[in-house]
Amino acid sequence: MIISIASGKGGTGKTTIATNLAVALSTEVKLLDCDVEEPNDHIFIQPEITHTERVSLKVPQVDMNKCTLCGLCQEICQFQAIVVVGKTVLTFPELCHSCGGCMEVCSEDAITEVDREIGVFESGYRNSIEFAYGRIFVGQVMAVPVIERVKAAVQPGKINIIDAPPGTSCPVISSVKNTDFVILVTEPTPFGLNDLKLAVGMVKILNIPHGIIINRSDLGDDKVKEYAKEENIPILMEISFSRQIAETYSRGKLLIEELPDWKEKFIHLYEDIVDYARKS
Amino acid sequence: MQEKANLKELIVISGKGGTGKTSLLGAFASLAKDKVLCDADVDAADLYLILEPEIKERQDFQEGHKAIINLDKCTECGLCRDLCRWNAISSEFIVDPIDCEGCGVCVYFCPEDAIDFPIKTCGELFISETRCGPMVHARLGIAEDNSGKLVTLTRKHAKELAHKRNLNLILTDGPPGLACPVIASIAGATGVLIVTEPSLSGHHDMDRVVELANHFQIPAYVCINKFDLNLEMTETIEEYAQNKGLPIMGRIPFDPLFTKAMVQKQTIIEYDGSSNASQAVKEMWERLSSSL
Repeated sequence: MIISIASGKGGTGKTTIATNLAVALSTEVKLLDCDVEEPNDHIFIQPEITHTERVSLKVPQVDMNKCTLCGLCQEICQFQAIVVVGKTVLTFPELCHSCGGCMEVCSEDAITEVDREIGVFESGYRNSIEFAYGRIFVGQVMAVPVIERVKAAVQPGKINIIDAPPGTSCPVISSVKNTDFVILVTEPTPFGLNDLKLAVGMVKILNIPHGIIINRSDLGDDKVKEYAKEENIPILMEISFSRQIAETYSRGKLLIEELPDWKEKFIHLYEDIVDYARKS
Repeated sequence: MQEKANLKELIVISGKGGTGKTSLLGAFASLAKDKVLCDADVDAADLYLILEPEIKERQDFQEGHKAIINLDKCTECGLCRDLCRWNAISSEFIVDPIDCEGCGVCVYFCPEDAIDFPIKTCGELFISETRCGPMVHARLGIAEDNSGKLVTLTRKHAKELAHKRNLNLILTDGPPGLACPVIASIAGATGVLIVTEPSLSGHHDMDRVVELANHFQIPAYVCINKFDLNLEMTETIEEYAQNKGLPIMGRIPFDPLFTKAMVQKQTIIEYDGSSNASQAVKEMWERLSSSL
């Protein structure tokens, strides 16, 4: 079972849901934080990290002793990452998508690939929960390869919980793709609804069963509920605004530890998701 | 196009999502004079929900290509599948448009010339009028990529519009996060306002965007929103900002008025200009506008 947690709008409570769900289930569970730009799950999980590795991309390196300046590498590159200038070839590693086209097209074998480090992948555990996350280096543009590395740590046979970044573009798609169910966390405001609709559009394109959690459910209007009803999307959970919850979150503490009633609710949430995923 | 020498561009960012970027930018839109508004959060653009822009110009955003295999010409030799590093081509030789990176390697090497490579329309860009001034905004198509390039294009149009109208300020709502779209939003800006919240997550994420702003040598200002949800954390963040030499522009209280204003499609200044939250925003804007 792979459950991903997305939202469209940021700050709706993805991390709260992901971390509390993982800890409430506590066994046979793996939590993967795919928000590699701004990962936060580790703050709440406080994992013991047992493995660290660099995530790198393959970028071209040109041997000018072999290069004949034919320009085919520049011609095939869709990203202007390799350019013939005068009697040399310049590469722009930060523009390179690592497609390997330049290396493939070079008839002189003048191009090899070297690693360019863009982030870090770490994994470990907290009690019986396995944990993995990635962190892109500050100033790096491409989040997706780091996300892919985190997703490679999904363990079949376990309950995998994936915390996705906000938005609806490539990093989110990469995070939620090939998961069995998407929890869309929203808030009942015009911004929350607008971004929820975009997120629903995305999960429909990916064809993944999904449900909604409404956070701060008493601050706003009824339009998210009306929308969910019209679209026939189940509302899995509602969390009212409470200063105590906000304060618990602010200190990096888990809801289910400070307010133990919530543990049962998160276990029920999982059972409901299993039902919905099976039905669809 | 030549820019006005004194054109200033302020980008509101946060690292962490949901700290209140758009609500604050909307409030600034009510307070600032002679400016262009710009929404650079192209994959979840929300500013239009408050400012209700009247669209004057619209254009398609075209960027990148997608491979499409012409099955009539395809001999199923499999070379494209061997070369594709994204496993985007199925065993039936159908390209998954979501997995396709648009690198064109399969197109180049196909011995039968069986792969088309049309340009993609990934979104739309709008130039609009609002009650608070002209606005440039965009919409990235659902599940599309190239958001960074759409951000760059949106900012370019905002600059052109400022130049044309003889306006010397651009107020830009940035996206959350740290990578591609955020970098495209802040590169070359006059300054960034980092809106954070008093939580360990807010602090952690702010630390990374501060580093990003430093990396690109852009002056950063700090605002703590919902400061009263954890006063101790607010003080920790302020101390951190002081140590980093970041000017603190102000504290905004947690106030459900922000949500009420949003539901009424108003900025907080329009909804209740005399509220404590509005006063705090006004004071912050004064400090910020004189710092830029």
